[in-house]
Amino acid sequence: MAELNKLTIGEARAGLREKKFSSLELTQACLDAISARDGGISAFVSVTEKEALAGARSFDKKLAGGEEMPALAGIPVGIKDIFNTAGVKTTCCSPMLKDFVPPYDATVISRLRENGMVMVGKTNLDEFACGGSTEHSCFGVTKNPYDPERVAGGSSGGSAAAIAADMCIYSLGTDTGGSIRLPASFCGVYGMKVTYGRVSRSGVTSMASSWDTIGPFGKSTADIADILGVIAGRDEMDSTTPDVEVPDYSSFLNKGVKGVKIGLPKEYFGEGVEDETAKVVKDAVFYLEKAGAIVSEVSLPMTKYAIAVYYISMPAELSANLERFDGIRYGKKPVANADDLVDYYFKARGEGFGDEIKRRIMIGTYVLSAGYYDAYYKKAQKVRTKIIQDFNKVFEKVDVLVAPVSPFPAFKIGEKLDDPLAMYMADALTIPASAAGVPSLACPAGKSAGGLPIGLQIIAPQFEEGRCLQIGSVLEQR
Amino acid sequence: MLSEKEMRHVAKLARIELTDVEVGKFSGQLSGVLDYMDILKEVDTEGVEETNQVTGLKTVLGKDRVVSGRCKREELLKCSELPVDSDQIRVLPAIK
Repeated sequence: MAELNKLTIGEARAGLREKKFSSLELTQACLDAISARDGGISAFVSVTEKEALAGARSFDKKLAGGEEMPALAGIPVGIKDIFNTAGVKTTCCSPMLKDFVPPYDATVISRLRENGMVMVGKTNLDEFACGGSTEHSCFGVTKNPYDPERVAGGSSGGSAAAIAADMCIYSLGTDTGGSIRLPASFCGVYGMKVTYGRVSRSGVTSMASSWDTIGPFGKSTADIADILGVIAGRDEMDSTTPDVEVPDYSSFLNKGVKGVKIGLPKEYFGEGVEDETAKVVKDAVFYLEKAGAIVSEVSLPMTKYAIAVYYISMPAELSANLERFDGIRYGKKPVANADDLVDYYFKARGEGFGDEIKRRIMIGTYVLSAGYYDAYYKKAQKVRTKIIQDFNKVFEKVDVLVAPVSPFPAFKIGEKLDDPLAMYMADALTIPASAAGVPSLACPAGKSAGGLPIGLQIIAPQFEEGRCLQIGSVLEQR
Repeated sequence: MLSEKEMRHVAKLARIELTDVEVGKFSGQLSGVLDYMDILKEVDTEGVEETNQVTGLKTVLGKDRVVSGRCKREELLKCSELPVDSDQIRVLPAIK
């Protein structure tokens, strides 16, 4: 069977049910693609071939026995290496956890397992999900499948590149300030940052707790709807997951956009945004208008302050969350000899964390320290309120917002590595939705003259993921 | 501007050992980032409440019962690279 690895979830499921191919063949096709292509991309940090083939065989047996199979069963998935997978190394791509094997599954992994998960491997990320390019990984850089000299975006770069290069059918990532949407846009795939609390984060290493979300990558809006249906919902192990009903997300697909009010936030098309990117996104919006949507320009005046808010609040929360990595309970024992307990912490953390993590922990420590707390942390939390008010106001007038994901397409490897602030600017258009906890779906919108993918995002009010999928599915027909 | 002395102090608070080269590099980079944060001074936040969480949840309580958890004590202790003795992690051999 030719190129089974290129199928979408929907196509794979149909083929499996109609017995056109087995899960074993489908899984083998993905593993073969990993062997053939991943040497040049580095999307995976570990490949779980044995477990994947065993899972596929078990699926095939159950299907042959006439069992009703759930939506994602038997379909190969790549998991960002920050989700705990029982018995399988979970490194967060940090020297600190290079050999860490978690004893239990994250909630979402349990849910996928109950749904017949076939995991082909764990995917690369910026250390502890801190970065926008997957260059800050102790396993090396993930290359963009469209141009190996460019980044795949980050921090979930491995999960996005794995799909774009057809090495698995779907994948999971995390998005704190843009870590799903940015790589999805750079690699030309679909990726959804859900409403804060929509998907349980239990068992996923925390980065910034008031911002962190978990979400899917896929090759179509229908795939995103399928995955979301399995992973979304209340979890007793994560008290930030509210008891909000999980709708049938596929029911939102292909409903058209007649009468849907779309806002174009002018700040997302302004200074710093490349003309080509803005044009590709506006062309897509023009298509939606022709399909019956009502388009108007809106304003989110606080947009330009979002990066500053994020790079105060996130490091503050990160520095607290990473306190647990002390080389005693978790993390590597230092190579150097320690004089006393405090010296042991210094050495374990000095050796175990990479540069970007050290920078962020120290920014967090600084902004939370006495004397600076009010000027930085408290101020940022207040401006965050004003960003939320921007969204609340604008969603009184429009149903969704459509905007570029990133001001520019994938940049060259190494280009921004020594200039943290320039790197942070890549998140300028994804952070505001994270600040407000609203969902945003990244969709492929077109290509640059140089052939690089350009993505757009569809932002909706909290718990209205369905609206993002509705608009996205119309654009998909283009 | 973050001086090298301040940089060393912050690293000490964060329990991260830095080399002299790192102190120089990070104090420059972090100064740039912190200077950028001054942009927030432009925003009038008089009377604005702080945001600590975004979905309006209030004091989420669990049921008052023992949950068996996802793994046993021994399994969690095995997460440590240090020896386990009498159900506790032994730090002493790691310190000279």
